[in-house]
Amino acid sequence: MVSVKNTALFAAVFGLILLTGFTSGWNSALLILNMGLISAIMAIGVNLQWGFAGLFNIGVMGFLALGGLAAVLVSEPVTPGAWSAGGFQVIAALLMGFATIALTIFVRGKTTGRVRTIVTPLLLIVGFFIYRAIFDPAVARIEAIDPAVSGNIGGLNLPILFAWPVGGVFAAAAAWVIGKTALGLRSDYLAIATLGISEIVIAVMKNEDWLARGVKNVIGIERPVPSEIELQESAQFVERAASLNIDPVTASTLYVKLSYSVLFVIVLLLIFLAAELALKSPWGRMMRAIRDNETAARAMGKDVTARHLQIFVLGSAICGVAGAMMVTLDGQLTPSSYQPLRFTFLIWVMVIVGGSGNNYGSVLGGFLIWFLWVQVEPYGAALMGFITDPMPDAWWIKERLLASVAHMRLLTMGLILLLVLRFFPRGLIPEK
Amino acid sequence: MDYLNAIVALTNFVLIPATAYGAQLALGALGVTLIYGILRFSNFAHGDTMAFGTMATIGATVVLQSWGVSFGPLPTALLALPFGIAATIGLVLLTDAGVYRFYRTQKAAPVIFVIVSMGVMFIMNGLVRILIGPDDRRFADGERFIISAREFKEMTGLREGLALKTTQGITIVVAVLVVAMLFYFLNRTRTGKSMRAYSDNEDLALLSGINPERVVMVTWMIVATLATIAGVLYGLDKSFKPFTYFQLLLPIFASAVVGGLGNPLGAIFGGFLIAYSEVLITYAWKKVLVYTLPDALEPTGLVQLLSTDYKFAVSFALLVIVLLFKPTGLFKGKSV
Repeated sequence: MVSVKNTALFAAVFGLILLTGFTSGWNSALLILNMGLISAIMAIGVNLQWGFAGLFNIGVMGFLALGGLAAVLVSEPVTPGAWSAGGFQVIAALLMGFATIALTIFVRGKTTGRVRTIVTPLLLIVGFFIYRAIFDPAVARIEAIDPAVSGNIGGLNLPILFAWPVGGVFAAAAAWVIGKTALGLRSDYLAIATLGISEIVIAVMKNEDWLARGVKNVIGIERPVPSEIELQESAQFVERAASLNIDPVTASTLYVKLSYSVLFVIVLLLIFLAAELALKSPWGRMMRAIRDNETAARAMGKDVTARHLQIFVLGSAICGVAGAMMVTLDGQLTPSSYQPLRFTFLIWVMVIVGGSGNNYGSVLGGFLIWFLWVQVEPYGAALMGFITDPMPDAWWIKERLLASVAHMRLLTMGLILLLVLRFFPRGLIPEK
Repeated sequence: MDYLNAIVALTNFVLIPATAYGAQLALGALGVTLIYGILRFSNFAHGDTMAFGTMATIGATVVLQSWGVSFGPLPTALLALPFGIAATIGLVLLTDAGVYRFYRTQKAAPVIFVIVSMGVMFIMNGLVRILIGPDDRRFADGERFIISAREFKEMTGLREGLALKTTQGITIVVAVLVVAMLFYFLNRTRTGKSMRAYSDNEDLALLSGINPERVVMVTWMIVATLATIAGVLYGLDKSFKPFTYFQLLLPIFASAVVGGLGNPLGAIFGGFLIAYSEVLITYAWKKVLVYTLPDALEPTGLVQLLSTDYKFAVSFALLVIVLLFKPTGLFKGKSV
C-alpha cells in the first residue's frame, strides 16, 4: 500500500512547497498549502465520480459555486427588513415555480397525443408569467434595500463552519436533480450537459442580486479563525511571537494561515478516510465492476442507474464542501471569478495526473498541480528574464516574450496533461 | 397599431442579428459535428481552434494593411482569410500527428480522446494568449453599413430604422457559400463520399479500400477551414477576444448536440435554433408590443422574458430539454 515510489512522490511535492517557504517566504508556502488542501478535496470528489464510476462530469465549477453560495447564505448577517420586504414572497414565487413544473409533469402523465402537446407548453407559459408576477416585485424591493452594501436577502448569521456541510448539501441537492435528468445520457452528451448546467449555475449567481449580490460580490465573509489585527493587539500573542523571535505582524499572518491549514487538514483526512473505506468496501468493488462492464453488472442484478446517481451525488457533495471552504479561505464570493478552465478543467488535470481511481493519486495531483499552477508564473518569469537578458532593450521580441509569461500556465497545464496521458496513461499513482 | 413599424423593429433587433449569429454558430457546429462523425469524439479544443484561426487572420490583415492593401468597401480580413486558414490547417495537422494519431493507432476509448482534447484546449488557449494577448480587439475595416438606420428612415419615412451591417451581410453570404460547397463536397466528390462512408461504418469503409489516415487528414483540413471562417466572421461582426472564443464553445456544442452530433444538417439547424432562442428570449419586446397592441394594453415593463446575461443559460436549457426528449438530438445523431 505504502510503496517507496508513492512516499517519494509525496515527499517531493511537500519538498517543493517547503522550498517555496525557504526561497519566497512562509506566507506564500502556506498559501499554496491551503489551496492545495482544498484542491485535494475537489480532486477526491471528481475521482469518486470518474475514477470509481466512470462518470464524465465536467460541471465541477457549478458545484463549487453552490458551496460558495452556501457560505454566504449561512454566515452572513440577516439584511434588516429584507425578509419582510420580499423574502417570503420570493420563496412563495420559487415554490410556485416548482409547483408549475410538478403540475406539468403530472399532467403529462395523465394526458396523451394532441392534448398533451397543447397543454404542456400552455401550463409552462402561464406558470412562468404568474411566477414572474410574484417574483419580480419582491426582488425589486429586496434589491432596493441599501444596494451599495447589501441589496440581498442576507444569511442566517450562523458560524461559518456550518456552511461547509451545508455547501455539501446544496451541491448534493443540485446533483440529485441533474443526475435524475442527465445521467441516462451517453458519454459525451452527459459531459456537455454537465458543462452547460454549471454555466447556468454561474449565470444565476451572477444575475440574481437578491440572493448573494451577484457581480457586486459579497466581501468580508466571517472567518473561522481570529483576524490578524486581533492577534497583533493581543499582548499575549505579541509576547509569544517575541519569544520565538518573529515580528508580530509576520507571526499573526502565519498563525492565521496555519489555523486554516489545521481546519482543512481535518476535513481532508475525514473525506479521504471515507473515500478510502468506500473504495475498499463491497460497495466500492461493485462501483468498479459497474464501471468496467456495465452490462455484466446489470446482468448480475445491480441497479446501475441508482448506483450512478448515488455516486454522482456523493462526489458533487464533496466538491460543494470544497467550494464552501474555498470561499471561507478567500473571505469573499465573486461569481465572475468562476471560470471553467480554472475550476473544472484544472481539477480534471489534477485527477488524471495524480491517477484516476486512486485517492492517494488525487491528493498528490491536487497538491502538485496547484503548486505548478501558482509557481509556473514566477518560474516562467525567471526563465524568460534569463533568455531575454542578452537581447537589446525595447526589442519587440523581448517585450513579447516577457509579456507572454502571464499566459504560460495554461500552456504548461496542457503540456503536463498531454505528457502524462501519453507516458503515464494511468497517472502518477495508478489504480491498484 | 402599426404593424409595419413593428415588423421593421423586429427585423432590425431580432431577425438580422440572430440570423448572423446563427450562421456563425452553424459554421462552428459543423466543425464539431464533423470531428464527432469521423474521429468520434467531442472536440473541446474547437473554440480555441477558432480563436487561433482568427488570430492568424488578424496577423495577416495587419501585414496586408501595412502594405497598403485594402479590399475597398469590404474588410481586409477577407483577403487575409486564406492565410489564416492555411496556418490553422498547419496547426491542426501538427496536433493530429503529434497528439491524436497515437491514440488512434491504440484504438483508445472515445472518452480518452475527449480528455486529450482538453489538453489541446489548454495549449491552444495559452498559445493564442501568448501570441496576441488576452485583450479585446476589433479588426473590421471598410464600409460599416450596407444600409444604416438613418438612410432607411429617410428612404421609407418609417419611424423605426433598419440597419444592416456589412459584417452581417458578409456573414450570411459567406456562410451560404461555405455550406453549399461543403455539401457539394460531401455528397458529390469521391473524397467526400469516402468520408461519409467512413463515418457511417468504419469497418466496411476500411474493407472497401478507403485510406483512414487520408479521411482523417481531409476532415481536419475541412474542420480547420470551417473553424477559421466561423471565427473570423464572429470577430468581424463583434470583436476578437480569446476568452470569448473559448466560451463560444458552449453554444456551439449546444447547436451540434441539439441537431444531433455527427449530423451536418442537424448542426446547421441547431445553430439557428440556438441563436434564435437566445435572442428571442432575451429580447425586450416592449417596442414591438407598443406598435402591435391597442393603446389600452400597452405594456409597462420591458417585457423581457429573461435578462440578456442568461444568453448561455438559454442555449443550455434548450440543450438539456432536447436531450431529455430526443436523447440523440432532433436530427438523428450518433452516440459512441
